[in-house]
Amino acid sequence: MTKLICIVCPKGCHLEVDDNLNVTGNSCKRGEVYGKNEVTNPTRTITSTVILKNSCYTRLPVKTSLPVPKSMIFDVMAEINKIEVSAPVSCGDILLKNVLSTGSDIVACKSIK
Amino acid sequence: MEKNYEALYDIVVIGGGSAGLAAAISSYDSGIKNVLLLEKEAYLGGILNQCVHNGFGLHTFKEELTGPEYAERFIDELKKRDIEVRLEATVLEITKDKEIEYSDTLGYHKIKAKAIICACGCSERTRGQIRTPGDRCSGVMTAGLAQRYLNVEGYLVGKKVFILGSGDIGLIMARRMTLEGAKVLGVAELMPYSNGLNRNIVQCLNDFNIPLYLSHTVKRIIGKNRLEKIVICEVDDKLNFVPRTDKEFEVDTLLLSVGLIPYNPLLEKIGVAMHPKTRGPLVDSDYQTSIPGIFACGNGLHVHDLVDFVTNESKKVGECAAKYVLENGFDASKVLTVTPLNGIGYILPGKVYLKDEGTIKFNFRVNKPFKDVSIIAKLNGEEIKRTKKPYLLPAEMVEYILDMKLLKEGELTLEVSND
Ligand SMILES: Cc1cc2nc3c(=O)[nH]c(=O)nc-3n(C[C@H](O)[C@H](O)[C@H](O)COP(=O)(O)OP(=O)(O)OC[C@H]3O[C@@H](n4cnc5c(N)ncnc54)[C@H](O)[C@@H]3O)c2cc1C
Ligand code: SF4
Repeated sequence: MTKLICIVCPKGCHLEVDDNLNVTGNSCKRGEVYGKNEVTNPTRTITSTVILKNSCYTRLPVKTSLPVPKSMIFDVMAEINKIEVSAPVSCGDILLKNVLSTGSDIVACKSIK
Repeated sequence: MEKNYEALYDIVVIGGGSAGLAAAISSYDSGIKNVLLLEKEAYLGGILNQCVHNGFGLHTFKEELTGPEYAERFIDELKKRDIEVRLEATVLEITKDKEIEYSDTLGYHKIKAKAIICACGCSERTRGQIRTPGDRCSGVMTAGLAQRYLNVEGYLVGKKVFILGSGDIGLIMARRMTLEGAKVLGVAELMPYSNGLNRNIVQCLNDFNIPLYLSHTVKRIIGKNRLEKIVICEVDDKLNFVPRTDKEFEVDTLLLSVGLIPYNPLLEKIGVAMHPKTRGPLVDSDYQTSIPGIFACGNGLHVHDLVDFVTNESKKVGECAAKYVLENGFDASKVLTVTPLNGIGYILPGKVYLKDEGTIKFNFRVNKPFKDVSIIAKLNGEEIKRTKKPYLLPAEMVEYILDMKLLKEGELTLEVSND
């Protein structure tokens, strides 16, 4: 039995996941999915910024398009910190594909003309 | 009479953050075609620009966006409409007659509006406001300022960090600075419970093994030029220091995340009545301040934890301001006052102009955590509605909706009851 707080939305339901991966305490379906994943393969979306050239702004906000394994957070951060982008860029542009074979891309979170 | 202003607008929105954007869009969509938005920065979006973390827009878009992405959706919507926008335009003063003085790159301007919507956001409480004793060294700053340095300018303010206050911005900065290679040694919270959302405790502190010291505060700040050391200690239930509980941390940075206050110098200057608890203006059910035709929304009205709430509220405010302009004022014949009782810190609005139809949405915060309680609404002493709540937290604003048909003139009270 594992006790967790669901982080999918601000409500923060208190979940319990038993050894057969049955989730209780969730108020919605997403909490069940989260509870199962969190005990088998916890993942997180990473957000950060990268160097931006050719613009009055110096940083471009970015995120992983999908959550990546929690154990790889710092490895993915190291890859993000190598990225340099030149304006123009559009929100959603893929800056780095399939980062460290996680299946997740690093994408731009802002459009810069 | 000779007019001494450059232009007359139906509605002028001050501030281009999430509140101002939503208010301008909804004013326009409610039939006002002469809307001006003034923003002091060179870009729209306000505080969202520095909130690069995700968690925005779950209610509005049913997906988790980062702050800049959320802002961009509204900026795109704004641009689809014929709404005039002036950037780098700082409003210096407004008057009761709704004249507006602002300065931009072209110089000084004076304009007039039929209605003004103030959406100027909030400011952070600083060290002076919480009186932390010790040296006046560098390395002590608010969490939001550090967030701006890091996320907008790309500059990490310190390597060894401690955070005072468990507000969400502090928690989010604990993770953000850890990701960028700083060591965050802990977070101290004066109260026995966290002021931040549970999800942020989990994903910002627990994920990185950052300890949270509840019922603790910073007792001393030590450093010659740059911060060198802090001493924290436990506090008792009267918030007095508990002897022999000192812990020292060698840090170069102390971030303060000790609360936000609505930022309203423009309204204060013209004597708009202020709410003692929220520190924002007092508004009625049409979000009008004590001066007719001047409206307020967003964090300038009261501090919201969720941008979705800011958007919803501001949309409503845009509609109300449009109605005010189109109908030359409101019907204020039937008034209901609203008072918070047991367990409730504040309720907005504090005054409702009753209408025959529709619903009215209240926002309130409790003043301490509760579990398995009911919220009881009473009209002139008689119970009219009882709602069960499994939990209530001061960190989470509650939306509470009542049918106009349930209400009549007099006093409405809301309270928390243990059943
Ligand atoms: C640091 C922080 C982190 C947050 N994290 C989350 C989160 O994870 N999830 C979530 O849902 N919500 C979050 N929120 C809440 C939400 O993002 C904000 O409440 C919301 O964006 C505030 O919008 P606003 O328009 O009221 O204020 P702001 O965005 O502050 O906008 C006010 C605007 O007014 C302008 N202005 C001020 N004075 C003048 C003047 N005199 N003339 C012209 N312009 C002026 C300012 O430049 C600014 O652009 C966070 C808030 C903060 C402060
Ligand atoms: S279970 Fe559902 S409602 Fe509860 S926190 Fe998770 S996502 Fe939110």
